[in-house]
Amino acid sequence: MTATINKPARFSGVNSGAKRKVDTQLRRKLGISAYILFVLVPIYWLLNMSFKSNEEILGGLSLWPQNFTLDNYAVIFSDPSWYMGYVNSMTYVSLNVIITLLVALPAAYAFSRYKFTGDKHLFFWLLTNRMAPPAVFLLPFFQLYSSVGLFDTHLAVALAHCLFNVPLAVWILEGFMSGVPREIDETAYIDGYSFHKFFLKIFLPLIRSGIGVTAFFCFMFSWVELLLARTLTSVEAKPIAAIMTRTVGATGIDWGVLAAAGVLTIIPGLLVIWFVRNHVAKGFALGRV
Amino acid sequence: MTKVENNKAWFLVLPVFLLVAFSAVIPLMTVVNYSVQDIFDQHTAYFVGAEWYREMLQDPRLHDSLLRQFIFSGCVLLIEIPLGIAVALMMPTKGRAASLCLILLAIPLLIPWNVVGTIWQVFGRADIGLFGWAINSLGIDYNYAANPMDAWFTVLLMDVWHWTSLVALLCYSGLRAIPEAYYQAARIDRASKWAIFRYIQLPKLKSVLVIGVLLRFMDSFMIYTEPFVLTGGGPGNSTTFLSQTLTKMAVGQFDLGPAAAFSLIYFLIVLLVSWLFFTTISHLDKAK
Repeated sequence: MTATINKPARFSGVNSGAKRKVDTQLRRKLGISAYILFVLVPIYWLLNMSFKSNEEILGGLSLWPQNFTLDNYAVIFSDPSWYMGYVNSMTYVSLNVIITLLVALPAAYAFSRYKFTGDKHLFFWLLTNRMAPPAVFLLPFFQLYSSVGLFDTHLAVALAHCLFNVPLAVWILEGFMSGVPREIDETAYIDGYSFHKFFLKIFLPLIRSGIGVTAFFCFMFSWVELLLARTLTSVEAKPIAAIMTRTVGATGIDWGVLAAAGVLTIIPGLLVIWFVRNHVAKGFALGRV
Repeated sequence: MTKVENNKAWFLVLPVFLLVAFSAVIPLMTVVNYSVQDIFDQHTAYFVGAEWYREMLQDPRLHDSLLRQFIFSGCVLLIEIPLGIAVALMMPTKGRAASLCLILLAIPLLIPWNVVGTIWQVFGRADIGLFGWAINSLGIDYNYAANPMDAWFTVLLMDVWHWTSLVALLCYSGLRAIPEAYYQAARIDRASKWAIFRYIQLPKLKSVLVIGVLLRFMDSFMIYTEPFVLTGGGPGNSTTFLSQTLTKMAVGQFDLGPAAAFSLIYFLIVLLVSWLFFTTISHLDKAK
């Protein structure tokens, strides 16, 4: 922020001011670079390990792979019980995003436009579910989904993740929708639009960045969650993050494959964030800035 | 913006209501049901009333992990909030550099939680991890698997690495919303940097900071996967937090009744603190 303060030199004018400006600029750049380095180094270490053989990993420390190998990735891509984990994770995450958006969009509209009996209580009640520790719901979820025959299906995990994603989605969308002036609604109704037509043709396009950001957040929280996903699946819908634990074998941990699997779980997130990069900051503020 | 009074809006909320009722109310009722019974097997259960609650409230396991949990969440907030603000203030304001910063900062947030644990598990080891190796070669005896202090330090560092970006991104978006005119006025007044931060930036950051504190409190209070992978709750019980104590009790030892009572007490604590935050947020919204 200080950059914008210092930019027009007209006010500071004198030489020493200009020099100080360069100093603070430099210090800020150094600071942010240092922090980003702190963020990236552990990830680099994982990437580094994924290109090494186990002998090399355990043999000693080296800052880059001495004998570059793709064997660890080959193990994952050639074994269906490995790569199906990615397919499973992607499936339930996508299902979750679709379900969440479908139910959250009308609800967020109601919260942002209308007053109705119990609206505040309902909103808070929804938020309490975002606050519920997943560990609390572990056992009941297991029994509930087993009893309705959904255990070990993608749908079970997708529905379970709605527990925290739906409240979040309603919260974010409500923030974005409240930014749209309600005169637009009124004008459309006067022009003879029905609610459905107005909502789909006019309103949704207006908040499309908000929808994108919400989808991103639902993706993110569903993708990173493991406790519920692992409990509700055994074989058919097992997420990749749970499959990773089996690299711990009788002969110790297969570090190389573990690292390769870890690296592969980071990629979908990177792809998704690329699409919403310009809106993500606003989204992190839950549409409330 | 004034809202129209319309009870038909309930129809719009109904799908959410039904979905959340299915995925939250039914399981919660199951928990309540367990918490008042002594269950031997599927067909033998006795009503025991509030006994499990009484037992749990006096259980040292609950006390210890609750204390650890509060210390942990407190440390997390004390470190991550100021650091996040500092990072946000240092970020470039526009152009490619800003987008690049945003994406790089967001990476830790998009990594599955057990992979976060794995990353630090490897990174902190003295034999194969850069971090553990670097600290040990400085002459400091560091081993997160054997020394409770080192374990705490590593878990905290991991959480800072994992979540400070969230606070930073929140603050960054808050800072972008400050009109340039404010800064011009400050420049004319020759306000110091501290004054600009204290009287322009910080007040404008208030609403995003409340969200940041709320999210960080809730999530750090529910933390399970990362310390579980990193330290397994050890050495001893030194990094066993509430969720892990609960999971051990419910799944490991299958003490359904006490675990259910524990769950509800746990949930109520989170709820109480969050309610305080929620009222604060709505007051802030009203003030705007």
